[in-house]
Order: sequence, then C-alpha cells, then structure tokens
Amino acid sequence: MSLERIKIAPELHDIMPEEYQDLVQRATYGNNSRGWKDIGTSKELIEEHSLCAGCPESMAFRYILASLPNPEDTVMVGSTGCTSLVFPHVGVHNIHSLFGNQNAIASGLKRALTVRFPDRAKDVVVLAGDGATVDIGLDMTLQAWFRQEKFTTICFDNELYANTGGQESGLMQKGFVAKMAPVGKTFEKVRLPEIARESGCHYVVNCTVSKPNLVEKVIKNAIHVAREIGPTYLQLYTPCILEIGKNSMEGLQEMRDSEKPTERFAYKEYISETAKELLTEIAAKEKERKAAAKKQLAEQTA
Amino acid sequence: MATQTVIGSKNKKDQVYTDPWKMMNEAERTPSFFTGSEVIKEALRRASCDVMIAYPITPQSEAAALIGELFAEGYIGDYFRGESEFAVMSQCAGAAFGGARVFTTTAGPGTMRAMENFPMWAGARLPIQMIVTCRGINSPLSIQPDTLEISYLMQTGMLVWHAETAQDFYDWILKGYMVSEEPDVHLPLALCCDGFFVTHTKDMVDLTPADMCLPPYDPYRSPVPCMDMECPPVRMMRDPFVMKSNYISYATHASWQQEVWAAVERSRKHTIAWLDGLIEIEKPDAEVLIVTSGTAVSQGREAITLLEEEGIDVGLVKVKTLRPWPGEEIREATKHAKHIIVPEFNVAGWMAREIRATIPNSERVYAGPHVCGGMTMPPEIIAADIKSAMGIKTSALAGRGS
Ligand SMILES: Cc1ncc(C[n+]2csc(CCOP(=O)(O)OP(=O)(O)O)c2C)c(N)n1
Ligand code: SF4
Ligand SMILES: [Mg+2]
Repeated sequence: MSLERIKIAPELHDIMPEEYQDLVQRATYGNNSRGWKDIGTSKELIEEHSLCAGCPESMAFRYILASLPNPEDTVMVGSTGCTSLVFPHVGVHNIHSLFGNQNAIASGLKRALTVRFPDRAKDVVVLAGDGATVDIGLDMTLQAWFRQEKFTTICFDNELYANTGGQESGLMQKGFVAKMAPVGKTFEKVRLPEIARESGCHYVVNCTVSKPNLVEKVIKNAIHVAREIGPTYLQLYTPCILEIGKNSMEGLQEMRDSEKPTERFAYKEYISETAKELLTEIAAKEKERKAAAKKQLAEQTA
Repeated sequence: MATQTVIGSKNKKDQVYTDPWKMMNEAERTPSFFTGSEVIKEALRRASCDVMIAYPITPQSEAAALIGELFAEGYIGDYFRGESEFAVMSQCAGAAFGGARVFTTTAGPGTMRAMENFPMWAGARLPIQMIVTCRGINSPLSIQPDTLEISYLMQTGMLVWHAETAQDFYDWILKGYMVSEEPDVHLPLALCCDGFFVTHTKDMVDLTPADMCLPPYDPYRSPVPCMDMECPPVRMMRDPFVMKSNYISYATHASWQQEVWAAVERSRKHTIAWLDGLIEIEKPDAEVLIVTSGTAVSQGREAITLLEEEGIDVGLVKVKTLRPWPGEEIREATKHAKHIIVPEFNVAGWMAREIRATIPNSERVYAGPHVCGGMTMPPEIIAADIKSAMGIKTSALAGRGS
C-alpha cells in the first residue's frame, strides 16, 4: 500500500474521524526506522483496547505494532481469545475467522499474496493465545512449520484460557490449580519453543514483553527471517493478571520475576545458520544506512 | 486487475481471457469422453484459478490430484496438500481473504470435519468454490454414494447446487464462479454431485476450447475489503460485538446473517441467467411428477421410460439449486400434480422435507424411495413406489414373501 492510498480527498477531510486524520498525518507507515521509541510522539497503529486495565497484552500489542518493519504491507491473523478484542482497533488489515485455525489461514493468505504480488514483500504475522496455538490449533501450528510457510507466529502465552475465564491450557505450569484442573495441572508446560526448532522454525525466541527494545528486536528479526527464509516463532509471556490474582500495576513485575535466569521465561533464542547470515547482512546494511543518514544530516547542518 | 480490460489478452499458458458469456454460450464445443474427475480438471484448466488446496478422500481424490497436474503444467497459481479438511477449508479462507480465486474438493467425512468453516466462509463473504462428491458419513466406515452431507451444507449460508451429470459439472464449475463472484452475491459455492456415479463413470461432455479461459477474479469488486493492505485499514468498530450483550450487538449479528441470506436470494437472478433456470421440467402436465436432484434425477428418467411402456405418464422436475431454493418454481411446476414422488440417495429424505414445506397440499408428496449406504436405486423401485402412490397394485419386487 502506498501512503497515497490512505490520504484523504481534501473535500472529505473534515468529515473523516479525527483518528483517521491522525493516521494519515502522524502514523509511521513507510518509515523504515520505525520502532517502539515512536510511541508517544507519533500516531500508533492501535487506537484503544478493550482488555482489562493493566493487562500486559496491551503493552505487547503496542510494542509489536510499533516494531513491524513494513506495516503498510503487513496483514495480521488473529484467533479467538483476549487478543480478538483488540484487533478491531488495529490499523493494519487483520483477519479473525475461527478459534485455532490461525496458521492455516495464514498459510493460504501468504500464498495468495505471493501469487498476486510476486515482486513485493507482503508480510504475514499471526498473533494468537496459547490455547489457540498449542491446544486446539497445534496441528495447524506445526504443519505450517513443517511446510516451511513464510510467516511469523507469535503466541501470547498467558498460561491459560483467559477469555473463557481461566481454564487449564497446555502452556499452563504443572500443578497450577485452575478451572478444569481442579486438583492442579498434572503434566508439564508444553515445550513449544523446542518443538518449533525441531519443526523447522528458523528463528525462535521465548521471552517476556517487559523490555520494549527487546520486543522490537525480536519482532523485526522474526519478520525479516520469515520474509526471506521460512517460519519463525515468538513465545511472549503476557501474564493474565486477572486470573493469577494480580492488580493492574503488577503485570510488569510479574514478567520481571519470571524472566530471571532460572525461571521459565528466561530469554532463550534459536537462530538457524541461514537466518544468522541474513540477520548479519541486515545489521550491516542498517549500520550503513544509519551512517549515511548521519552524514547527510551533518552536511545539511554544515 | 479490472476484468473488462484483460479480455482478449493472453495468460502465460497462451489462453485468451474470454468474455465468460461468450465462452460458455457461443464458443464451439468439442465432444469428449471423460470421467467426472477428468471433467473437473478440464473445467479448472479454463477457470483462471489462483489457489487450489487438496486433501485425499474417496471419491474426490483423483480430481484433486489431477488439478495438481494442472498446477505442475502452470495453469494454477499455487497448489498444496493441507493436513486435514478443517485446515484445508481454513487455508482456502486465508487465500480468499487475500484476494485469490480459490478452489477445493471434498466428500463425506471431509465435509463434516470441515463444517465449522462453512458459515465462516459465508459470513466473511468469500467466493470459494468447493466441489462435494457426496459419500456416506455413517458408521461403520463407508465410502459409498450417499447425499446426507448436503443437508448440513444447506443451512450454512453457502450457495448449494446439485449437479446431475458430468456436463452439468463442467459448465457449473465455470458458471459457478461467475455467480458467486458477483458483488451483490459474493458467497461461497458448494457444487455437489453424487460420488462415483458422476466422478468415476465416463460420459460424453461438450468442452469449451482449451485456449479460452475465464477472466481473473477481481478482489476489488468484493463488497467487503480484501485483506491485502492495498486499501486503507479501518478501525472496524469501537467495541467488538462479541463482547457486548446489548441490542446494538444483537442487531448487528442478526442483520449480517440476514444480509448473507439476502445475498443467497440475490444470486437467484444471476443463476437463472447462467443455468437457464433453477429447475428443469419435463411433461409438466402429467398427474405424477418426480421431483428431485442429482443422480436420483437420472434414475427418475429411467423409471419414466419404464412406466411409459405400461402407459403411465410421469413428468419430471430436476432441481438444480438447493440454495437458493427454487420454492416459487416448484410450487408452479407441481400445481396440477396429484402425486409428487421424491426419490433420494439418503436415509433422512431432506429433499422431500424441503418440498413438503414449499407446496400447498403437501400430502401429495411421497417421500421415497430412499436408498443409502451405497445402495443403487434401480428404476424399478421408483416405478413401484409411483404405482403404489397411485393405488395401482404391484407384486413385491423382493421381500420375504406374503
Ligand atoms: C471451536 C471453539 N471452541 C472453543 C471456543 C471457546 N473459546 C473462545 S476463546 C477461548 C480461549 C482462548 O484461550 P487462548 O488462546 O489462550 O487466548 P487468551 O484468551 O488466553 O488470550 C476458548 C476456549 C471457541 N470460540 N471456538
Ligand atoms: S482476562 Fe487476562 S489476558 Fe484477558 S484481558 Fe484480562 S488480564 Fe488480559
Ligand atoms: Mg491464553
């Protein structure tokens, strides 16, 4: 999509909603150095959200949307769950269809966009809950990876089925007492990051969303690798403060506590050899681009 | 790509994008002796299809594999085998959301496995075409012809057509895209046939020229935005309706469902033009009419010939579309009939139920004969049921004796 497409005809300017005018004038579509630091100074690609106050999913959404390298040519795919309440407010095309079929939708979508736009990068990014990714949709999650579908899968791991009121999920910790696990969950948290690596993902990260710069880095890496090489997977801890009995202000601390080196969300990453080469190449180009921009700025001010 | 501007130009296989009406109704036809599965392949060769997604299940596996050959030859944009019918139908949805013309085939348990997708397709206004080569869905496992699965599809908001012959199949695949892609319709089509009877038998079919094909699908004629970021993203709603238990939320859901069914109704005018009516009538003045769809129509024709020899005059109504339902047409066609015989290849008799709900004096409807689980329907049993409905005494065809 070119920026021209979203521009408003002058005759219609005053009848367009303010948020849309803002999107045209102050959003960062097409800006290739966009990132989490734009939050607060430019128009975000998320308008509002209807999550619980203080839900870490809302932070995660803001960081992710600010970090998409190519939002003007990105289509997102969601699933049913707390995230599906946010997507209607998001300023990139996004699809909700059924619960758990997100990686199947994304497979068809990515292929259609490749047939229709053979010369342009159209990024597809899946964002779904742990129930959607690991339980009801596991088959389609894995099969998309086996087939080497070129899109990014992001799982908001809140270790339970939040939207239906806190039931047991495959990513819940062993022993946790929840609805439908009345005597505590009897089996271990499913090790999806390791399964992702074995299933053919080229870039896998397991972390929390406590640090925006880290989220930006892994999102950009995951999307670039998916665009050029093959499937990538991010498992992000976004605790459901409501169901684990925390207050609105306590989400950040909960994430910090669980990312300590011995905890289950200690930063873990896997990068395939081909992905390493690509990321090194991209980093070198980025360095060059920044140096050139700096030089140009210096010349202009001189 | 705007449809009108490409007509006359060639695709990468040297086929000419042709005005669909001319291609289907005026271009020279070549008679060819093909199985139903081969006919599906030949229709797809001319359909300018972007994405086909396949999964094996008898009796559609051969057709699905043959379309793979077309992909290898360069006639289809992309093609792959999905992991299950549920996944395949979601993959089809993803491709259609992304603006592709999409094709798939399934049957029996595959249709049932994928069922959650179909109302979603209709609600999302995705003009996917799905061939359903009906087979048994009962337990114990059966692969034989049986049309029970059609009755489930009829409540999904999809267009549902029931082909009788391989010729119907060939024409309706191509015409089907023309109807379901109309902006005022824009709905998925389940194009059904009776498995084996149509798929695995050879028949003479008149094919359109292989160097002509349909113009490509134009996703920007869709009544809902194509998910490709080529048009401005909008904030769809302030609060997702799923979360609200209030009147506006209910009214939104209700009106959208009504709109989907209104779109099914709006397909009527296009379908009448392309299929030359939603029903086909023979001998409308006969006192006895056979009214049915699919292979049961062919068997009905045979029964009519048998009865003719005995001097009994029986007419026929072939129902081509089940959604939209040709209620008006059936009421008119059966106006003078004293007995309406509805033979079906399923145990439930859904066609007879639909007809009873449509016409006055529904006691005229004789629901049967029914065969299922792969049983054939000899014309003799239809003839026998007709005679019994007319009060003519017949000897038992087969039975335990008196
Ligand atoms: C086929 C189907 N089964 C069950 C549901 C009910 N359902 C809706 S959301 C949900 C839980 C979602 O959990 P998760 O994916 O972890 O997302 P979260 O809400 O935790 O963010 C369930 C079970 C459904 N919508 N569809
Ligand atoms: S229920 Fe849990 S995951 Fe959902 S919005 Fe509330 S805090 Fe967030
Ligand atoms: Mg969850």
